[in-house]
Amino acid sequence: MSDRVVLVTGGNRGIGHAIATRLAAAGHQVAITSRSGKADDADGLLVVKADVTDPDSVDAAVSEVEAKLGNVEVLVSNAGITKDGLILRMSDDEFTAVVDANLTGSFRVAKRVSKGMMRGRWGRMIFISSISGLGGQPGQANYSASKAGLIGMARTFAKEFSSRGITANVVCPGPIVTDMLMELSDEQRAAFERAVPIGRLGQPDEIAAAVEFLASESAGYITGTVLPIDGGLSMG
Amino acid sequence: MSDNFDRFKKCAVDVLSVDEAQVVPDATFESLDADSLDLVELVMALEEEFDVNVEEEELEGVNTIQAAFDLVTSKL
Repeated sequence: MSDRVVLVTGGNRGIGHAIATRLAAAGHQVAITSRSGKADDADGLLVVKADVTDPDSVDAAVSEVEAKLGNVEVLVSNAGITKDGLILRMSDDEFTAVVDANLTGSFRVAKRVSKGMMRGRWGRMIFISSISGLGGQPGQANYSASKAGLIGMARTFAKEFSSRGITANVVCPGPIVTDMLMELSDEQRAAFERAVPIGRLGQPDEIAAAVEFLASESAGYITGTVLPIDGGLSMG
Repeated sequence: MSDNFDRFKKCAVDVLSVDEAQVVPDATFESLDADSLDLVELVMALEEEFDVNVEEEELEGVNTIQAAFDLVTSKL
């Protein structure tokens, strides 16, 4: 596989980190963003500081990647936050803050890198959504809305940029062993494990494996698709 | 005028990947194989080059090099 310039937002931990590590191991030049501009265990990765809620910060981060590695050819839009709460206790601010970070933030980054992809007539955009965006999840009205929104947005990128060799796809992780999942109660986690047909939680690298494929030459005919990776949880 | 057209032409050559000789006033974007996305890209490059701001709706009916040139230079 030819090596590409990859940007993984929120690549400092969890699923994003697993994706960045895997793509770097596959020979790509990988940059990751984190809000602090720092990341542990970032050997071989370019770490740039970015707050996806701030357009200037996004522009500066992408410009830095372009200057150091070249135009971004593969975007893995993964940065996301949660502010969980039951609907009756969720404030408007808690709702819009999550949508701004997860959905609008993703739009800002994807729009910014699309220019370079257009010029290069090649690009892969992979948006990390969630099965919460497909089926809803109690306590996550804001998060679920933001993750569902990614699907319509990604499919629009897919259609608008299809003539430029750019694909856009969505991956929906189910219960994956990450810090974010560990914020759930033991009871919620146990309920997930019982509900998953495969009978266990997923590993971050199981998401990364699919992202590696979607980023590859071989996936050139796949666009606008939504791929749940959830041990069968969201079937049917 | 001609200086501005040279600057315009350079943007068109860069963005649309066409020969300089093809960038003549009468040329339609269709004849240059430029689709709506190319036109948006060209306008973005022109906005930068001429330091002007073109609104989305102003692009309606802009089908030729002359029309695009007039639109941009009317703002100088």
